[in-house]
Order: sequence, then structure tokens, then C-alpha cells
Amino acid sequence: MERDDLIRDNEYSLSANHDAAHGQEIRKTIWFVTILLTVITIVEVLTGAFVKQYSGGEVNGYWPFIKWSFIVLTLVKAGYIVLKFMHLGDETKSFKYILLVPYFIFIAYLIFILVTESSYWNTILFP
Amino acid sequence: MAGHAKEVDAAAAWGGDGSPFRISYGKQMMWFFLLSDALTFGALLTAYGFFRHQYGSWPVGEEVFNAMPFLGNGYPLMYVALMTFILIVSSVTMVLAVEAGHRLDKKGVIKWLTLTVIGGAFFVGSQAWEWYHFIHGSHFGTFLTTEGWGTLLELDIDKQIAVFDFHHGRDIVDGAKGWELYSHSVAENMGHIQGAGMTENEYAPMIPQFANLFFFITGFHGFHVFSGVVINLIILINVVKGVYDERGHFEMVEKVGLYWHFVDLVWVFVFTFFYLV
Repeated sequence: MERDDLIRDNEYSLSANHDAAHGQEIRKTIWFVTILLTVITIVEVLTGAFVKQYSGGEVNGYWPFIKWSFIVLTLVKAGYIVLKFMHLGDETKSFKYILLVPYFIFIAYLIFILVTESSYWNTILFP
Repeated sequence: MAGHAKEVDAAAAWGGDGSPFRISYGKQMMWFFLLSDALTFGALLTAYGFFRHQYGSWPVGEEVFNAMPFLGNGYPLMYVALMTFILIVSSVTMVLAVEAGHRLDKKGVIKWLTLTVIGGAFFVGSQAWEWYHFIHGSHFGTFLTTEGWGTLLELDIDKQIAVFDFHHGRDIVDGAKGWELYSHSVAENMGHIQGAGMTENEYAPMIPQFANLFFFITGFHGFHVFSGVVINLIILINVVKGVYDERGHFEMVEKVGLYWHFVDLVWVFVFTFFYLV
């Protein structure tokens, strides 16, 4: 069986190897992303641990703001993991779109169905 | 550099001037597998959102997950924060292993890949502890009282002390009222749940799906971590044996690296929706 990961002198396989100087540059990016992810996680955990979601049985007025901040921070973390750690940012534009576009269309559709349907069941079960 | 592996020409392999995406077949297929896996996890988390939105009320993460090994309760989210940190660090060591592979630095790959395997094993162990604690439940469990379901924080039958926490920011009930609620609940046998199973759980007595979704989604993720550790270990053994020296590149490390980062990526979302929000 032919295996293209054994191809030599090909720009997307063997020559993806890099020299020490380029490696240093890449490691700098890696440490930057590490620190960013750690700081975001620490901020999230401290907020989650000490900001109260409820008081006296009712949801606090500021909670939606914090909830959406968590979701936005999560998407920021996810973006850095996918683009930097998984190097999707370095792939060709067409490959990026082939992965991301179908995914986001499908997930957006799922979330639309979820919100519509569960809102309906919420009004039926807990009028 | 001669290896035993058969080398092929790019044009022969792809029938043209090479891969249309400038990416090797194996890496491309790993990405497509991860896309399908991401859809699975996306669907699972959407199902979680469905039930949560349908019920309207949901247990608060910092109240359910507030235990530390050896220290007991009262440490909201600290243990899961530690687990998250371990997984992020193991993702960093993985990306460093990939980078070392691009420099054909075998020693570097072995060092960073070993640390990745250790970090992954630590995470799986932590999740086992987390599950044990979740299934085992709090010290006294939760009781159905005339005021609704409340977690019993303290109990002293001789001194007639019972302290209840009704959650969602309500006041702690103790003193005569607490004892009255407890003794009435026990005398009438109104209801008592301790720990969590598939049919009922003390964290959300009216919502069995809370525990079901926790078990399914964190379990499915934990299984991915476990497989990741095994796959990383296999690749590590290959690296040590010198398989990739012969091949002339460490692309296999990059491929398992993609899978490992994906596991970290899923955890970022699980962490947000199960513990933070």
C-alpha cells in the first residue's frame, strides 16, 4: 500500500521540518498561548467560585452578563487551541473552510432547534 | 537517508501535483475524524442544553463540585480547576513534542511525549475520583421536607440539631425550624436521596437527567482521554524504538497530537457548561 506520509521532498510532509531558529519562534507562540489559556481559566474559576448565581432563590440580575462572558471566553480558548495548538491557522484556506463551515452550519441549526423546542416544553411542563 | 519504508512520488500518490490541501492523507483523515467527533460532542452538549433549558432550574456547579481530595468540602470548583490545568499543560507538552519532532529532536519528543502521557493519566485518575465523589454524595444526603428538597449539612440526633441548605442562595435553616423539618421528613418518610445514580440524584432530586448527562458526557470525554493516553503511549514506544527516525519525519506525533488537542478542546466546553455556567 502506498502511503503519502512517506513522501520525501514534498512541501507538506518532510519539509514541514524546521530549523532551530524557527523552532524558537514557534515555542514563543506556544508559551504565549499557554499563559493566555491559564489566565483565562483562573479568571473563570475565581468568578465561578465566588460570584453567586442565585440569591434568595432568584437568579441574580448580573448573572446573564457573567454567563455570556464565560461562553465568550470559552470560544476564545477554543479558537486558540484549534488555530495555534492544532495549527489549523497554518493550513490552507480551503481546508479551514472545509472543516469549519459545515460544522458551524450544523451546530447553529442544532442550537436553533434546541432553543425552539425546549422553550416549548418549558411552557408545557412548567406553565 | 535510507529507510525500509517504501517512498512514493507525490504525483503518483495523488494523481496530480500533490494533495489539494497541501496536507498529507493521514493528517487530513485525522481532521475529518475529529470533525465527526466534534459533531458528536456538539450534539451531546446540545442535548444537555435542551434539558437544562426545558427544566429552567438547574443545580449550581460550585455547590455540587466543591470537594478536594484529603481536604473535604468547601472548595468550590478548585479540584476541577486543577484537572483543567493539568489537561491544558498536557496539551502544551504535546505541542512541544510536535515542535521537537519537526526539528528531528528525538530526545525532545520522548521527554515531552512522556510528560503528556503522565498528564493524561493524572487527568483520568482525577476524573475517577470526581465520579466516585459524585456517586457517593454528601455526608447525609438530601431530604424532602415541607419546604422542598434540602441538603442536610449537619445532624446531631441527641442534641436535636439539623441544618438544611435549600440552595439557590436561600438562607441556611437551622435551630428549632431545622430540627422540625428533619424530624417531620423522617417520621413521614417523605423522601431521602444520597449520592447519584441513573434514576435519581441528590443534587437535583427532580431532574434525573442532571446525573445522566454528567455520566454520559464526562464519561464519553474521559473515554477519549483514556484512548488518547493509550495512543500516545503507543507512539511514544515507536519513537523510542526509532520507527520515525527511519521514516525521516515525526508526522505520527503530529497526528496523535491533533487528537490530544481535540480532547483538551472538548474539555474546555464541558468545563464551561457543566461547572461554570
